Amino acid sequence: MGMTIAEKIVARAAGLPEVRAGEIHTVALDKLLSNDGTTHLTIDMYHKLKNPRIADPGKIVFVVDHNIPAENPKTAAVHKKMRDFAREHGIDMLEGKGVCHQVMVENYVEPGQLIFGADSHTCSYGALGAFGTGVGCTDMLYAIVTGGSWVMVPETLRFNLHGKLREGVYPRDLMLTIIGDIGANGANYKCMEFAGDGAHGLSVNDRFVLCNLAVEAGAKTGIVEPDEKVREYVESRGRKAENLFVSDPDAKFLKVYDYDLDKIEPVVACPHFVDNITPLKDLPKVEIDEAFLGSCNNGRIDELRVAAEILKDHKVKDGIRFIVSPASNEVYLQALEEGIIETLLKAGAMVMNANCSVCWGSCQGVIGENEVLVSTGTRNFKGRAGHKTSKVYLANAAVVTASAVAGYITGPEAL
Amino acid sequence: MAQFTGKVWLLGDDIDTDIIIPTEYLALPSVDDMKKYAFSPLRPELAGQIAPGDIIVAGKNFGCGSSREQAPEIIKHLGVACVIAKSYARIFFRNAINNGLLLIESDLHDHVQEGDTITVAPGEQIEAGGEVYPISPLPQNLLDILEAGGLVRAMQKRNGLIS
Repeated sequence: MGMTIAEKIVARAAGLPEVRAGEIHTVALDKLLSNDGTTHLTIDMYHKLKNPRIADPGKIVFVVDHNIPAENPKTAAVHKKMRDFAREHGIDMLEGKGVCHQVMVENYVEPGQLIFGADSHTCSYGALGAFGTGVGCTDMLYAIVTGGSWVMVPETLRFNLHGKLREGVYPRDLMLTIIGDIGANGANYKCMEFAGDGAHGLSVNDRFVLCNLAVEAGAKTGIVEPDEKVREYVESRGRKAENLFVSDPDAKFLKVYDYDLDKIEPVVACPHFVDNITPLKDLPKVEIDEAFLGSCNNGRIDELRVAAEILKDHKVKDGIRFIVSPASNEVYLQALEEGIIETLLKAGAMVMNANCSVCWGSCQGVIGENEVLVSTGTRNFKGRAGHKTSKVYLANAAVVTASAVAGYITGPEAL
Repeated sequence: MAQFTGKVWLLGDDIDTDIIIPTEYLALPSVDDMKKYAFSPLRPELAGQIAPGDIIVAGKNFGCGSSREQAPEIIKHLGVACVIAKSYARIFFRNAINNGLLLIESDLHDHVQEGDTITVAPGEQIEAGGEVYPISPLPQNLLDILEAGGLVRAMQKRNGLIS
């Protein structure tokens, strides 16, 4: 019987000709990512080991993106601990270059790889046909020391996407709709695989948006069936695209879903759950205090262009903070070149350095008591962006930007 | 694992990692400093009320959200004997086992009330209000990790570094 993409990637990492969903295998990991959210804990545990060693420093990437630049002496100490450890062991360390998943896709990920990251949104690497999954700092320590780990081969939910999204509708609307349909644990432990002409019609950036949010449905990973667009992206950056795995025709899927992309409409995830989805047109008037454009989900050039297109004719409303953080310096530089940053600044936006920013609720743009945020971030949990009485609504880049202009949650057509 | 008895604290569905420990407290120097803020967005008084040996009983998708390992660590540091939920988010599940926190999958949430006293025989059954609810055993490799007190200690034990 044939294998799914996830099965093929685990088989390769386990050195086996064939694996099946439900089996547990010991695997060699291709890359390990750890960021300033938890790397200090991993380093502390490492130093407590009796005879610590690192299997392969060349496979490890440290990224400082959660609290950068450091906002207090505690986070400064975390960064220093990472910097010293990286230097001592010859580990790549990217500090202030962008959100970890964005810089991983730009610089490290190759199709067919199995990657552990000490961050839940590691599932993003399916944009390039890789299997990325989030783990905690203890699993990360084990992987750093041994070079491997154990994984249970996930069952696959297959999403066949058909056609094209309409103008003004974005991959983020599609993924939030899917999460609303299957629920916040609808893909728990599973791989969400996206295929069909609708998936192949999406750019690598758009695929990133889908895979990145897979964990919000509980998924172990999300993977878009890789194709020539992936090969082109990876090879243009001097990396290899040797393992463009696709599911066999007789592969076993736990369930198959079909989505017509032209039926998707703009949606909003209301507080406090990502699966609490309402079509934008049915949302009552929600006044906002802050809008955020950025994060590993939605801070790429595509979304910045959407914002600039709206803000070339409009200004951010008085009293509203509109915070923009490009997902990486590469994105930032391209936005500068295209004049986007100038447009955003002149319209009244605050443009921050590339980092996790408001999405992480600690470093920048934290919201206060009873305040309301509309965001392109990854989560809207209670207190996620600041005070426990505050509220977060998730929406696409056009809605977030238009809301910053209007002062309430709306699409650009209302401006 | 030996049988134990404890008092129930009842929580709902989708108890996420930001509820278990909000981002703003993650920079505190130790898990002991953080633990008084556990569950604070939902029930600020709860962390102060939980006593060692108590049991958290919840609905589906417990621990959804971020990979922050402080979430299961804090529950462990509060002295919680185990969490019994309808289902767990996968990263939290791994992190809990790796930190020696026992998780049990059961729909007990629909059959007990806060303050009830229940008896748990890990891998066998839960006794609550005169009823018996069977539970499935954990695989031996996960039991080894739990009994050693977490993955790091299990590795050290296996390598003969600790007894």
